[in-house]
Amino acid sequence: MKAVQVLSQFQAAGLETCFHGRHIDPQIYAGLDGSNWGIDAYIQRGGYQAVRTMLGADGAAALTSDQVIATVKESGLRGRGGAGFPTGLKWSFMPRQFPGQKYLVCNSDEGEPGTCKDRDILMYNPHSVIEGMIIAAYAMGISVGYNYIHGEIFQVYERFEAALEEARRAGYLGSKLLGSNFSFELHAHHGFGAYICGEETALLESLEGKKGQPRFKPPFPASFGLYGKPTTINNTETFAAVPWIIRNGGAAYLACGKPNNGGTKIYSVSGDVELPGNYEVPMGTPFAKLLELAGGVRKGRQLKAVIPGGSSSPVLPASIMMECTLDYDSISKAGSMLGSGAVIVMDDSRCMVESLKRLSYFYMHESCGQCTPCREGTGWLWRLVDRIHRGEGRPADMDVLDDVAANIMGRTICALGDAAAMPVRAMLKHFRHEFEAMIPKTNPRTSASA
Amino acid sequence: MISETTLARFAREVAKYPAEQKQSAVMACLAIVQQEQGFISDASEAALAVYLDMPQIAVHEVTTFYNMYNQAPVGKYKLNVCTNLPCLLRDGGKALEYLEKKLGIAMGGTTADGMFTLQQCECLGACADAPVMLVNDRSMCSFMSDDKLDQLVDSLRSAEGQA
Repeated sequence: MKAVQVLSQFQAAGLETCFHGRHIDPQIYAGLDGSNWGIDAYIQRGGYQAVRTMLGADGAAALTSDQVIATVKESGLRGRGGAGFPTGLKWSFMPRQFPGQKYLVCNSDEGEPGTCKDRDILMYNPHSVIEGMIIAAYAMGISVGYNYIHGEIFQVYERFEAALEEARRAGYLGSKLLGSNFSFELHAHHGFGAYICGEETALLESLEGKKGQPRFKPPFPASFGLYGKPTTINNTETFAAVPWIIRNGGAAYLACGKPNNGGTKIYSVSGDVELPGNYEVPMGTPFAKLLELAGGVRKGRQLKAVIPGGSSSPVLPASIMMECTLDYDSISKAGSMLGSGAVIVMDDSRCMVESLKRLSYFYMHESCGQCTPCREGTGWLWRLVDRIHRGEGRPADMDVLDDVAANIMGRTICALGDAAAMPVRAMLKHFRHEFEAMIPKTNPRTSASA
Repeated sequence: MISETTLARFAREVAKYPAEQKQSAVMACLAIVQQEQGFISDASEAALAVYLDMPQIAVHEVTTFYNMYNQAPVGKYKLNVCTNLPCLLRDGGKALEYLEKKLGIAMGGTTADGMFTLQQCECLGACADAPVMLVNDRSMCSFMSDDKLDQLVDSLRSAEGQA
């Protein structure tokens, strides 16, 4: 057997993560089986109908760009990459009458620990992203787009390139789409291992062929983006949600979520559950239900804590998490973030000091080095947690940890600094006793002199 | 010297970007160089800088900023095991230790026969498939239990005629 064949044996087929049949009213993952990613099967599922309707390809009048944006606003769709910003509103920020080139960018640099939802969309339903991008481009008057794909998922990049080729051949990409006056070309670009490039301005730098160091905002990408031109960046899942919204209407999308939190959302459940995987469920689904879909806590153990929105979101103890519903507002009220929808589950055997140590190492490793509080602070945090974990912590370390974290927050160009600090502060807030228990009770002079 | 076939692959990447923005193709071109030569040499950076009409130091900045570029030769198969938290909770760390024992090398090392390089890595974006590892930047291997790790290493060895 050749090496290529050997390696292909270990490639996941999506059975565990995507085609398990345990989604609730799915839209993006609906009807997928791994073999039907191609354009013909996509069209059979109703794909590209939204683009045809929008461009008036089937006889009726074409939609105006204002109508498209109004529908997306009405749907309550919020950015699925982590920030939860209303998508229709973002689209309305793009300058309409700008005389030069404008760009559309899809952020598929999915590297937030815990997240693997976009991978399955791009692998098994790539045309939903292409169609969503065509609609967005039309709404904002953009003729060129790029999809920036996480470098580590190279097979997914190749799949997306194949889907782009299909779409070009079928006339859904290129010049004067379906006989209209609208032209749109879309390309795939891969990263090569840098967490920071998930930050939108770092992604733009990377797309320009540079180190992925974030830009100071303002100016925002809508006025100064790729190559200095107006640019809109949305997450993969956000684009994939758009065709359904245009086909079924904004009100229908909103109705399957809850107010201000429209539609379905895909959660990547990892860690201590029986059935890790991606689960697409309506916004507002109780966390307890998601845990049940994922087979419950592994080996019948008790739930200890959950990181609800990727490694950058504050950890929540089981008692709080079990009361939450999964939507932007509920998780935010509980003191964390829905983030990218990466739900990392930890059972009662887990050591929080060890968990935080690994996360802190990650942020130290991935800090781009541009801002001093983050470059120096992330290393300091890791050294402190590592020292405590080795049983060599000092009583004052607890305060120093909190102080270093507090001095990173809000003092950096991008959110990576906050992302490194928030897990620390949440761990100290909810699990302080575990850290204290690992610090030796030193300083005997205090007790002698008392 | 860049071969004709490599130039054709480069050209396909360059064509994606505006003519005055050829530099955008640097990441993809470097990945192609790495696939063909195993690592990024100074000479490759110099040649690519000329091809893309950018300073050589700007190419070097890219090589050194992104985790996946090999700045020195590695084994024929580079194994990157994810040990970030979601993977750690599902034996990602144990998978790395198992490979260290099986290959008789420490993390970061290369086997004496030049066949395998073993590295720890950050999130591969396949968290629900843990333990996961990436082989030679392009092949994701999922659900890597100890049995599967044995199978992978042994099969690759026999594919190379070393069984």
